[in-house]
Amino acid sequence: MDFGNFGVVSFTKQAKSVAFVDHLAEGKLEGTRCKKCGRKFFPPRMDCAFCLASDVEWFEIKGPGKLVTYSTVVFGPSGFEEVQPYTLGIVEFPEGVRVLAKISKKIDPKTIKSGMLLKPVPQRLNEQKLTYEFEIP
Amino acid sequence: MKEEVAVIGVGQTAFTRDCGMSIRELCFEAYKDAAQGLNLAPKDVNASIICSAPEYDKQRTPAALISEYLGFTPSPTFYLETVCSSGTTGVRVGYSLIKSGLHDLVVVIGFQKMSELTSREAAQVMGRGDDTMFSSPFGTTMPGGHALYARAHMDAYGTTEKQLALVRVKNSFYGSQNPKANYRKKLTLEECLNADMVCSPLKKFDCCANCDGASAVILASAAKARQYTNKPIWILGVGMATSELNWSSRKSLTNFDSVRNAAKIAYEMAGVGPEDIDVAEVHDCFTISEILAYEDLGFAKTGEGGKLIESKETYHTGKIPVNVDGGLLSKGHPIGGTGGSQVRTIVHQLRGECGETQVKDAKIGLVHNVGGVGTYANVIIFGR
Repeated sequence: MDFGNFGVVSFTKQAKSVAFVDHLAEGKLEGTRCKKCGRKFFPPRMDCAFCLASDVEWFEIKGPGKLVTYSTVVFGPSGFEEVQPYTLGIVEFPEGVRVLAKISKKIDPKTIKSGMLLKPVPQRLNEQKLTYEFEIP
Repeated sequence: MKEEVAVIGVGQTAFTRDCGMSIRELCFEAYKDAAQGLNLAPKDVNASIICSAPEYDKQRTPAALISEYLGFTPSPTFYLETVCSSGTTGVRVGYSLIKSGLHDLVVVIGFQKMSELTSREAAQVMGRGDDTMFSSPFGTTMPGGHALYARAHMDAYGTTEKQLALVRVKNSFYGSQNPKANYRKKLTLEECLNADMVCSPLKKFDCCANCDGASAVILASAAKARQYTNKPIWILGVGMATSELNWSSRKSLTNFDSVRNAAKIAYEMAGVGPEDIDVAEVHDCFTISEILAYEDLGFAKTGEGGKLIESKETYHTGKIPVNVDGGLLSKGHPIGGTGGSQVRTIVHQLRGECGETQVKDAKIGLVHNVGGVGTYANVIIFGR
């Protein structure tokens, strides 16, 4: 796996945080925690600027968490012609991080409301590509 | 009144969908407008700062090209970028070059020629203004990012789609009177509310349009300023702050912390408060952005931005006139060119040159120019 395996459209191939994509392949969404100061990071960081250290451990984000805000994108960027419209949301998880992702099309857009409970579900888009979306727990 | 660094000239091109000019010609038009009547020779310019967002430029390193075309060689020139707020970041850096004593006269040029890209290419480029590793892969866009703030603001404070639409109704009223604006049609509340959805809850008329355009701001030290003009407009305070690029890393999704921090710095430096501002130009890339600006700049209490537009107090005869040139929503938004256009309007207002839309006896003006989805914020306060 390289980082280009993540997302409908990718812009980065190499990253120290490539294990993030491996974890998605194993069905887990994970953030990192600095072993020195305990700060939690999502998106995951492999480095802690507060400790000037690069000693982190991975933790799983299982949720469920509360939807903070959302929007249905009718006109998306290049590469998203086939999937639009899609709904993006930011969910606050009890693990102490907020995560942005697409809300599953299985959920009727009319029923989407701030405060509703959602969990992250890693997904395989095709043989190469992985992502995650939010579903009803 | 602090009389240290002055604006002595402001100019812009008309903002249009397809300008029919190259970037050097666009920048010339803006500079000519700013330098008109100043009796300023190119050799008098000590330095130039060229502001745009490079991902839209086909020309690599445009600063030297534009400096050459405007006759500024061999004085120093450099390129500067904070996306949509590049122009006012240029003014900030120009201010500090003069205040430090390094230069006496600095020209800040901002431009963008967006008609070189299709609107979908532009949407992709703008999506890359979010975290390209962890957010852009989901199809984030600039309207989408602002829509997330709009939804959160509606849920937290009861802000309505009608209040958002009223911002566009106001700005289209002033845009119809601005000959440099791209969108000159006066819009009704019904037209705004019935427009197609772009990113819920933001509809077509809640969004500004990309366009081509350039602006120029000429800055000078106090001594120099008096040689060129008897109507200098003084820079009283410059505040700048930044929010996390990744929206999910931010504490608040109902206001821009970057703007609140920048405003605090600018107000303190100028020794004034929100109640002292006679006229403001705010970065209304989307209708929700103007509502957030009302609150983040202290013109309305947190959560009451929607009520402020309903009260009509932000029209030119109201308590705190905002975007009485039509704002980005009417003028259009040529990324690097936008900030200088906002400065131009405030300078014209403070000089009393605005005719029908002149705010009576305007003495102190404010420019709020934001890059990305509240990522970079510049707040600059001007006085005469």
